[in-house]
Amino acid sequence: MTAVGVERRARAAAGDAAPRALPAAGPRERALRILVPVFMLALVVAAWQAYVTIADVPHYVLPSPLRIAQALVADWDILSRALLVTLRTTFLALILALVGGMLLSVVLVQSRWIELAFFPYAVILQVTPIVAVAPLILIYTETTQQALLICAFLVAFFPVLANTTQGLKSTDHNLLNLFELYRASRWQTLLYLKVPNALPFFLAGLRIAGGLALIAAVVAEFAAGTAGGNAGLAFRLLESQFRLNIPRLFAALVLLSFTGVLIYAATSLVSYLLLRKWHESAIRREN
Amino acid sequence: MPSAITSPIAGDPRVAGSRAAGGRPLVSLRDISKTFSNGTVALRGVDLTIGERQFVSLLGPSGCGKSTVLRIIAGLGEPTGGTIDWPGAGHDASGRPDREIGFVFQEPTLMPWATAFDNVRLPLRLRGVSKAAARERVMEALEMVGLEKFAGSYPRELSGGMKMRVSIARALITRPKLLLMDEPFAALDEITRFRLNDDLLNLWETFGWTVVFVTHSVFESVYLSGRIVVMAARPGRIHADLAIDAPYPRSEAFRMSEAYNAFCRRASDALHAAMEASAP
Repeated sequence: MTAVGVERRARAAAGDAAPRALPAAGPRERALRILVPVFMLALVVAAWQAYVTIADVPHYVLPSPLRIAQALVADWDILSRALLVTLRTTFLALILALVGGMLLSVVLVQSRWIELAFFPYAVILQVTPIVAVAPLILIYTETTQQALLICAFLVAFFPVLANTTQGLKSTDHNLLNLFELYRASRWQTLLYLKVPNALPFFLAGLRIAGGLALIAAVVAEFAAGTAGGNAGLAFRLLESQFRLNIPRLFAALVLLSFTGVLIYAATSLVSYLLLRKWHESAIRREN
Repeated sequence: MPSAITSPIAGDPRVAGSRAAGGRPLVSLRDISKTFSNGTVALRGVDLTIGERQFVSLLGPSGCGKSTVLRIIAGLGEPTGGTIDWPGAGHDASGRPDREIGFVFQEPTLMPWATAFDNVRLPLRLRGVSKAAARERVMEALEMVGLEKFAGSYPRELSGGMKMRVSIARALITRPKLLLMDEPFAALDEITRFRLNDDLLNLWETFGWTVVFVTHSVFESVYLSGRIVVMAARPGRIHADLAIDAPYPRSEAFRMSEAYNAFCRRASDALHAAMEASAP
């Protein structure tokens, strides 16, 4: 994972404001939708195992899936502890990004001047590669944990801010007129109209930020190189590489991917549950 | 369905006639002008007095400022010049005239995340009325437009006509004296439009509000109103003021009658004259 990759994904994802639809499914199609990828995965793993066995590839070049599974079980103690460290950074950063992004976007839309004054800084923070800033943050913070948290926060924060701001600003003009007609207070307009209107946008931001928080936490761990009890998964990855313990490296990688997929699934589920009653993205259509 | 409701006095042509002519003035616009920030003169020298219980249509080509007149009456955007008087209205705590207005937009303008019930409840909610206290009135308003069974439905589950009915129910929930409607049925198919026309007339006859109805349809304006104000464009101004003194209640029979045709011809002539008077 390179920093450039992180930045590119962050930017591409932040532009993707519209939540993607959860497609419609009948019972048969739903079963197929699970069976097809599972079958494909099994096929790939089997081919991998067959290739390594038949070609007799050394395990320090490419370990077989079986060996990776063994490493996962044997090193579970070390890996699970590292995973917890990374997860804690990820989720703390995500929560901070959600709260911060939401609050700041509410402030930004209060006036065009506030937005003009502050939005550039949000963009600068976003476009500066996080690995380039990480050494500085390490100097300024007391513990490495704080530095990791700040790095992950900085990356996850922007999609929430950009999307929520967009959502708050794209309120239907007639509905705003209606609220004005009934002399709604600023607070009522925000609470009953702008915030519900921004919800789908915010949730799109959440889904992007969830994945980014994990990526940024790992990138920051690479930059910081924490060892010992506070070692996250990234450190274990590097360590395995130095020691040519390639099965463990793969095991750590599998854990990371799996965590990323889980986060994406969880945020998608939250989004679906909140929008399924009314939003176009969550509605099942017959045609 | 509300179409079954008929007020006992509504059939009396004398009452209807006096209604068409208008009772005490409810709102008067004097020499109203409106210039937008880009320099477009939307209205110039508009004088218009709307009497209580009148059904007035503003008819005109697009760009003649009929929607602007409606918005100015509603207090959405101040006029650049001229005055608006509300002779009978009291004043609210902040000193503004207590206008008691309901507004229906061209689009249903419903909050997609709220059920029909919650959409209709909105004006009361903004006034701080609790959900429990509002329940009866919301259901009453939904009943008026024949949607009491759809209180729990979300806008996406309703047809275009039903959404417009919800929008009308929301405008009625505050029991306004004046109902302002900005081409409310323009986007609907003809069958739905005719039904909503009839339902609207029935409600108007039963509850006796004042209605100002913006439309670009000659036929709709003649069918509905007791008075048609024809407007010309560039700058927006009043070109003609026609009385449609046919008795209420009006029904399909009126739509097919000679008298209706004659009114339509008059209104259509006035509209064409207004369009010719509009600078290109």
